[in-house]
Amino acid sequence: MTAPAMHGGLRLAGNKKRSTQSALRIAAAPSQVVLPLDQHAGTAATPLVQVGERVLRGQPIAQPQGEISAWLHASIAGHVSAIELRPTPHRQQPAPCIVIDSDGSEESAAHEPVDVDRLDAVALCEHIAAGGMVGLGGAVFPTAPKLLLGRQADEVHLILNGAECEPWISCDDMLMRERAADILRGASILCRALSAARCSLVIEDDKPEAILAMQAAQSAAHPNIHVPNIDVRVVPTIYPAGGENQLVTTVTGLEVPSGGLPSDIGAICHNVGTAAAVARWIDHGEPLIRRIVTVTGSGVAEASNIEVVLGTSIADVIAQCGGYSGRVARLLMGGSMMGRALASDALPVVKASNCLVVALPTDLQPRGTEMPCIRCGNCSEACPAMLLPQQLHWFARAQDLPALDLHGLLDCIECGCCDHVCPSQIPLTQQFRDAKPALTAHRSAQAAATLARTRFEARDARLARLESERQAKLAERRKSVG
Amino acid sequence: MLVALLVMAAATLLLATALTLSRDRTQRNDKHGNDIIENRYQDKALIEQINQLLPQTQCRRCTFAGCKPYATALARGEADINQCPPGGDHTAWRLAQLLGKAPKPVDRQFGIVRATPLVAWIDEPACIGCTKCILACPVDAIVGASKFMHTVITSECTGCELCVAPCPVDCIVMRLPDEVHLPRTGSTVHAS
Ligand code: SF4
Ligand code: SF4
Ligand code: SF4
Ligand code: SF4
Ligand code: SF4
Repeated sequence: MTAPAMHGGLRLAGNKKRSTQSALRIAAAPSQVVLPLDQHAGTAATPLVQVGERVLRGQPIAQPQGEISAWLHASIAGHVSAIELRPTPHRQQPAPCIVIDSDGSEESAAHEPVDVDRLDAVALCEHIAAGGMVGLGGAVFPTAPKLLLGRQADEVHLILNGAECEPWISCDDMLMRERAADILRGASILCRALSAARCSLVIEDDKPEAILAMQAAQSAAHPNIHVPNIDVRVVPTIYPAGGENQLVTTVTGLEVPSGGLPSDIGAICHNVGTAAAVARWIDHGEPLIRRIVTVTGSGVAEASNIEVVLGTSIADVIAQCGGYSGRVARLLMGGSMMGRALASDALPVVKASNCLVVALPTDLQPRGTEMPCIRCGNCSEACPAMLLPQQLHWFARAQDLPALDLHGLLDCIECGCCDHVCPSQIPLTQQFRDAKPALTAHRSAQAAATLARTRFEARDARLARLESERQAKLAERRKSVG
Repeated sequence: MLVALLVMAAATLLLATALTLSRDRTQRNDKHGNDIIENRYQDKALIEQINQLLPQTQCRRCTFAGCKPYATALARGEADINQCPPGGDHTAWRLAQLLGKAPKPVDRQFGIVRATPLVAWIDEPACIGCTKCILACPVDAIVGASKFMHTVITSECTGCELCVAPCPVDCIVMRLPDEVHLPRTGSTVHAS
């Protein structure tokens, strides 16, 4: 069967060879870690520890708050030296963080490995939540709520995302090459948690080593891996084939409804990195306290993939990859298309840090001056979300929030394809990224106002009722006296 | 064929009678005090429309007992459009549009509020459980009982600040929503 093509997309230079030349490195443990409480999608976690307290490696230090949230664990042993707002790589504003100073010991909190077959599926989901699992592809959506959502579908199709379509990033490629068995074990656990009927693994055709490694691991599968037959799908290298909705369309031929989720059509996507982390938590009792980061770009001496303890400073990670090799023009977290420029390297590595691009001027595409839109339509042809970027552009300039909503601004995945093809050099994606918070704020202000209105009116009605009851009682008493 | 035609003719006649009857009824209704009902209905609808534009902070800065009372006063022409500080100039402008008045910015005498709203936070160890804040909160966002610790349900708090003044031990402060899970620190923003 040929895969149905996704709409739009671009063929881009991968720039991945640079970081896949050398084997996976393991970074030395840092002397201090900074762990943001909101390093997952959803509500920030609440601290369970106090300043001055001693914590062990792997000990839970913050618990989830609300439905979409995640546990956070100490990534080193030591003392909590501060709980305060600090600058982070994933937010514009400073975010609340727990800071731990190492005491040099390697002491770990004891987490028992669990026997998956003795837990029922929902208990397994809860156990996965306790490991602080979030999507490691970059969107950091908490894994357990996603699994529970997926369980509501009639027949679930688990899709493992190993496409890694964005230029420069190669951490999933490296993981598939070196730890294929972990991914398969994680897949079998996720399948059980989801009661999934089918499981596919998607890899782009520019990663032949990873494809071979995954196939070899599957045929040499360990007896405790009973995977319901993963089919490895090799797809053409087109950016952004690894976008969640694009992936679902490629594998199932179905389109995720606007404003909906893949689970609405029975599909659940998890990154291969997430699968491997889940396996480590279940089988070895190690919660999510480290991740693989691609460190690349002409500005770093030894581009490579390195496994880093969460909360390590970015400067420290770059130093362990040979340090800077020139005057850095830009430091990005993420790939060249969707990455976020960082103001400094004194920020911590977070669960979302899949890649650090240390760019010299030669790595950057010079950007011309912005010209008016000539209505050429290139952008809407390239848009994988099937939007009309040229229309969104006008509405964003006019700050017309209802029109932006109507034209599906919130369906924009900020992939940057429209920018890339625009002959007028309009920074479209940046505009959309800037406009989204205003639109979501508008929506949530609307929801908050509705809530406050109903609570205010309910209270008014209650006070009126109490008053009339009081009056009635008074009248009764007067009557009995008189 | 003939039968069919006859049936159709009869049906048309019946339909015509039904229509005249119903028209009669509405006309009669018109004469029977429909004006008053209509007016009352319009008034209510206008209040609802105005209330939809208000931010529902329920802070009483407009000098009325909440957003809906202010909306009622506006609908009756007993208040001006520039009295709601949390709504800001944008809301004043939309009220002017709806009510066909000249737009103007919010009058600063009604107060000045931050662009990003704060939420109330109770320093729980200091609370003496007097319940004064519960009585003040217009949206029931505080839980507690007499002589027991009180706390704010952050997600329901509108940041109206009405609970701050009544507290006899000054243990309620307004903070950024991001900060409510942190211990009390120097960066806390106090209500002005
Ligand atoms: S950034 Fe948004 S609008 Fe532009 S191509 Fe990607 S999805 Fe479409
Ligand atoms: S690609 Fe650029 S110039 Fe062409 S229609 Fe889109 S926004 Fe306009
Ligand atoms: S000032 Fe406060 S109470 Fe009055 S309308 Fe505005 S938000 Fe509502
Ligand atoms: S808790 Fe205080 S600030 Fe919040 S809504 Fe109630 S009275 Fe207003
Ligand atoms: S008013 Fe202050 S002391 Fe009284 S119950 Fe509320 S928070 Fe506690």
